[in-house]
This record gives sequence, structure tokens and C-alpha cells, in this order.
Amino acid sequence: MGSNKVNRRRFVAGTAAASAAFVAAPFVRGAYAAGKLSVGFWDHWVPGANKATEALVKEWADKEKVEVSMDFITSQGNKLLLTTAAESTAKSGHDVLAFSTWLPSRYADQLVPMNDVVEPLIKANGPVNGTVEYLGKVGGKWLAVPATSGSQIKGPCSRIDLLKKHAGIDIQAMYPAGAPPKADGWNLDTFLKAAEACQKGGNPFGLGLGATSDSVDTAGALFHAFGAQLVNEKGDITVKSDPVRQALDYYKKLMAFLPPDVPSWDDASNNKFLVSGQGSLIMNPPSAWAVAKRDAPQIAEQLWTHGFPAGPKGRYAPFLPFFWGTWNFSKNQSAAKSLVTHLSQASSAEKMVIASGGYDLPAFANLTTFKVWAEEGPPKGTLYHYPNPHNHQTLSIAAAPAPHKIAEQIYTQAIQTQMVVRFAKGEAMDKTLDWAAKELEGFSRN
Amino acid sequence: MADIAARNPAVVTGDRRSSLHKLMQRKSTIAFLMALPLILLLAILVAYPAGFAVYLATLNKGMTRFVGFGNFEFLFGRDTFWLVVYQSCLFAITAVIFKAIIGFVVAHFVHNIPSKGQRKWRGMLLVPWVIPPAMSTLAWLWLFDPSYSALNWILAHFGIGNVPWTGEAGWARFSVILVNVWIGSPFFMIMYLAALKSVPEQLYEAASIDGATWWQRIWYVTLPMMRNIIAITALFSLIVTFANFDIVRVLTAGGPLNSTHIFGTWAFRVGIEGGDIPLGAAVSLFMVPILAVAATFILRDITKRGSEV
Repeated sequence: MGSNKVNRRRFVAGTAAASAAFVAAPFVRGAYAAGKLSVGFWDHWVPGANKATEALVKEWADKEKVEVSMDFITSQGNKLLLTTAAESTAKSGHDVLAFSTWLPSRYADQLVPMNDVVEPLIKANGPVNGTVEYLGKVGGKWLAVPATSGSQIKGPCSRIDLLKKHAGIDIQAMYPAGAPPKADGWNLDTFLKAAEACQKGGNPFGLGLGATSDSVDTAGALFHAFGAQLVNEKGDITVKSDPVRQALDYYKKLMAFLPPDVPSWDDASNNKFLVSGQGSLIMNPPSAWAVAKRDAPQIAEQLWTHGFPAGPKGRYAPFLPFFWGTWNFSKNQSAAKSLVTHLSQASSAEKMVIASGGYDLPAFANLTTFKVWAEEGPPKGTLYHYPNPHNHQTLSIAAAPAPHKIAEQIYTQAIQTQMVVRFAKGEAMDKTLDWAAKELEGFSRN
Repeated sequence: MADIAARNPAVVTGDRRSSLHKLMQRKSTIAFLMALPLILLLAILVAYPAGFAVYLATLNKGMTRFVGFGNFEFLFGRDTFWLVVYQSCLFAITAVIFKAIIGFVVAHFVHNIPSKGQRKWRGMLLVPWVIPPAMSTLAWLWLFDPSYSALNWILAHFGIGNVPWTGEAGWARFSVILVNVWIGSPFFMIMYLAALKSVPEQLYEAASIDGATWWQRIWYVTLPMMRNIIAITALFSLIVTFANFDIVRVLTAGGPLNSTHIFGTWAFRVGIEGGDIPLGAAVSLFMVPILAVAATFILRDITKRGSEV
């Protein structure tokens, strides 16, 4: 029994030997010495586009000796949205997660500040546009890092031949490949006349007025063009204003030239409308063109992506950024920031843009002139103006500049398109504005 | 003696063992133990989420403080909420009535088919019910497609113009109810068929001898014999239809102008898409009192008839 007792002398001898062995042992860095990291990316629409992200992550993981597990989560059926909500409630989940447009502000209290990542990126890659700042930065704190993958401008994508034939507009001359736009005459009046001509010619413009993102984004940009705000940045309801009335009047005229079923369109409807050959213009990132390139090449050859028409208060185009963020309950925050920094480098962004066929759009000003946009085709240069390389239009988001909690409700409940449809279908202007004011009042609750 | 027993552990253990043995031999204990896995499953998958939903519904928008019935009070002041209440009732009641009528008629047809070919018909008629609704609704979505509707293409051959199946409030309501009826009627049919088969043939023979007409046989024999199954099927279907989500979500996503939203889809729009989870939980919980009232009335009627029998 006595031999099993650990007396002071034996304890000291034992620990000393163990310490000596520990100190003498060489430092062996394990394959994953810097720990583990789980990442949830947005699952890209464009086939093969995830591969660029995957390769970039592997490259970083090998260099930093971090074991990374990646999930590509689709936004179909709101899966990404549900995953985010579940992780927020459970306070457990991915170390880096893709947050769509409004989510950084929704989860502001649970996100790790990213100023130490974003500020050096801005220094290196140029400033971000106002919409990215509005969505991603609250109270001086960057809630997440603007992501390249999934970010997009939903500008007009037009049929070169049909605009020429029905409306006498040479869209390529207005937006020449490789040169600044010559689009001073491309304003809302011209747009309305062109919509009428194309409708009479049997190929109407395809602008949705449903409750999904494409419809809301278009309405948002056109409202901005009139300076029409439903709620201002202080949270005051400003819907009963002249600019809002002007926007509704304009939309009523425009709606007469759109297909009658636009109030029921979803985000696939406009793509189908263009690819089927019926439509002469839609508002979309280049995914419709990419589908046409595969399924209807003769139509793809006639497509040109360009800028929005200007209104009395300016030329606005919808920009929908994705962000990469880290929860404050993430266990490996430093590795998460390191990975996001790696993914946001100019070279990484370019790889993502190339893999997505020009769909992805970095938010930084110096990253809008990659070769891929100038070279993609047919027709060559069709995507040149897609990233707004000449800052020809102000990138915007519907419902801005309202405080985020209100703006998100305006956006998701499609208040602007609902107002347009109500008014265009014969409801009195005041009644439409009263309805909207009451809805907005409800969104202001805490 | 009790003192001795208390001091003697062997006696205590023996007593405990025998009482445990007795307990285990009781029918109610065995029944409870056999039902325990299901009770646990229900507790995890039903009771906990329901309790959690109640808890969420009492929080403010930021989920930081308790607001009691604040979310419900807020909902009562919203026009859109009352539109959703109206649409949910219209959707559920209309759909259940049509499902019941169609199910009843078809069950009679199938019942009168000679037993040799009946199985084939039963199988075919059950198809809409056994296909996952999200899938079959997708097929309906293509039929109703705003621009390329196959139904409109057929109607055009008869000189009928485009019908805005999902583009106009009235038609959109009609479309979602139609799809729900199409999916749900086979369930009524199979339940009614089972009930029809259990009606004793002698009752019909007696009615025929008394000179009852076809209609009188239905009214005085078939319907009274089927009353309980009709009530239970209607209640079950009412609950499921009120709580529907997939059909409206896939077909119209609640549009146009919120005119087809029902509790489930609007709760999702407000709670998940709009980021106001407490309000979404409050919307979804609003179904509970409506269904509880319906269930109470229907089940009370069934119990009353049961005791009369």
C-alpha cells in the first residue's frame, strides 16, 4: 500500500521529469494546429461558381493550418434565412456565415465588429458604395464584410434588336462597350415612351410588380429617381409627399404598357419572359443572359446590360450586397476574420467574378473593372456596364434611408409595389397613401 | 413491528419490490409505459415548440423584454391581419365544404363499382392525396403560370381570353382553394368509403321495403350512419387546412396584394422574412382559439351522439 502513496518527494521528482520532457520535446505543428472553422456560404445560382470560393478557402486553410468545413446553403425556399434565424436563436453555428442584404442590421447585436477587416480593405480596394455602408455599418461599426459572391446590381437587360426596332433606341451606342455611357437622354420619359412603343410592337418591357425581390428592387430604384421616400432616416413617415405621388403617377402610366399579369410575377417570371423572346427589357443581374446563352443563344446574342433611366432626382440602380459575418458566439473569431480578409482580396474577388461568369460584384470601387466584364459575350461587352464602372448611377436599395428595422419590413412586405398596384388598379391616391401610412406606422413599433 | 421493519433493510427492499411488481402488473402502468415513447415524441416535437411559440409571442420585436399580450393587441389594429383572418376562414371553410361534397359523391360512385375493379379506382383516386403537396402544387403553378399557363392555352382554343389565375385577388383565391380541394378530396373519399361500407345492408333493405326513394335512403339512412365520421373528418381537415402553408406559399406567396395570405404564410412573411419573430409567433398562435372552438363544438356533438347510442 505504502508504495502507491504519492509523497512530496516523489511528486516533485515526477513533475520535474514531466516538465523536462515537455520542454525538451520539439514543437510539432499539427496539420490543423490553428483549430477548426465552419463556414456557411451562399449556394450560388451559377453552376460551378462555388468552386472558386471552395478553392480559395482550401488555399487559405492549407496556409493557416486550419481545419475548415464548408456548407453551401441555398437561398431557395429561404433555407439560408432559416439557417441564420436558427443559429441566432440557438447561439451556435457557423463561424463565418453569408448574410443577405438586410441581415447584418437584423442581427447587429450578435455580430462581431469587422472594422479591423473592412477598413484595411477599403484602403486597399477603394471605398464601398453608400448602399453597402447603409446596410453593413451601424453606429460606426461594420457588422459584416461586403462579400463578392452573390452581390449584384439589378440593372436593365435589354434586347438590342427590339429596342431599335420598336423604340428607335440604339442601346449599344448609349452604353458602348469599353467606354463611358452616353446616356444623358436615357431618362424616365424616354423609358416610358420606349415601354409604350415596345408594348405596341408586341414585345413589352417585363417589370414585375409582385412581392419578391426583383419587383421590389425595381420599384425602389424608380422611387429613388423621384426622391420618393416612404420613411426618412429619422424614422418619420413621409409617404404623403409630392415625390411619392409623382412616382405613383409615373408607375401608373408605365403599368399600362406592361404585361397585365405583372402583379403576380416572381423572381423567375422576368427571366422567363426575356428568355422566351417575348420581352424587350427586364431588370436583372446577368443570370437571365446566362440562361439565354445556354438555352436560347440567338436571344442571348441580342442582350445588353446597361444603366437605369434617370429621374428628376437622379439615376439610381438597385444594388443587393451579400456580407460575410461572424457571430459573437463563434469560437474561432480570429481565424474567421483572417479567412474573410483572404476572400476579400482583389485577386480572390476576381476569381469569384470569373467563376460566376460576371454575375458576382465586389462592393469596392477599384474592383469594378475586371477584364471578365469587358470580355464576356456574346455579344462581346454585354456586361461591360453591369458593375457600374463609370459610377454613372447611384447604387441604392429600396426603402433606404429608413432605419433598418422599418426599411426591412417595407422591403419584405413589398409596400412600394403594393402601392403601385393598388393605385394603378384604380384606388384613389389618398386611399393608397393612407393604407401605406398605416402599414408604415405598424413597422415603427419596437 | 413497523419499527423493526424500518430497521431491517431486507424487509423494506422486499416490500418495495413487491409494490413495484404490483405497479408493473397494472394495466394502466403497462399502457403508460407503452405510450411513453409517443408521449416523449409529442412533448419534444409538439409541446415544446408550442410552449416556445407562446413564449416568443409575449416578447417585444427585439426579443428583449416581456410585453404580455402586446403583440396580439398590435395585430388587432392591423388591416392586413384582418384580411388574413378573413382569407384563412374563407380558404379553410370553402375548401372543407367542397372536399366534403366531392369526397361524398365520389365515395358513392366508388362504392357502387363492382368490387373487382374497385381497388384500381380507389388507388387512382388517391393519387392527388399521396403526392407530396409541394410537388403537386408546383405542377399547378405551371398550369397557372402568369405568362405561359397551360390552362389558358387550352381556354384560348375555345376563344376564352387569358384568365389571371394568380394575378387577380378573386382568381388567386379561387386557385389556391381549387388546389387544396384537389389535394384533399381523396382523403374525404376514402374516409367516407370506409363509413359507407360499414352501413348495414339490412337498413337499406328495410328502407326499400318501406318505399324510400334514393334521396330518402341517403338522408335517413346513409347520412345519420355517417354523421360521426363526417364530423371527425371535417374537424381534422379543418385543422389541417387552417394550418396550410405549402399550397399558398408555392402558388401565390400570399399575393397579389396580400389577398391569399393565410395564417401560416403571413406568420412566415412577418416572422422569418421580415425579422419580427414575436409577431410571427403571435400570428401563428391566432389559429389556436379558432380551432379550439371548432374542435369543442364538433367533439361535443360526437360525444353526445355516442352517449345516445
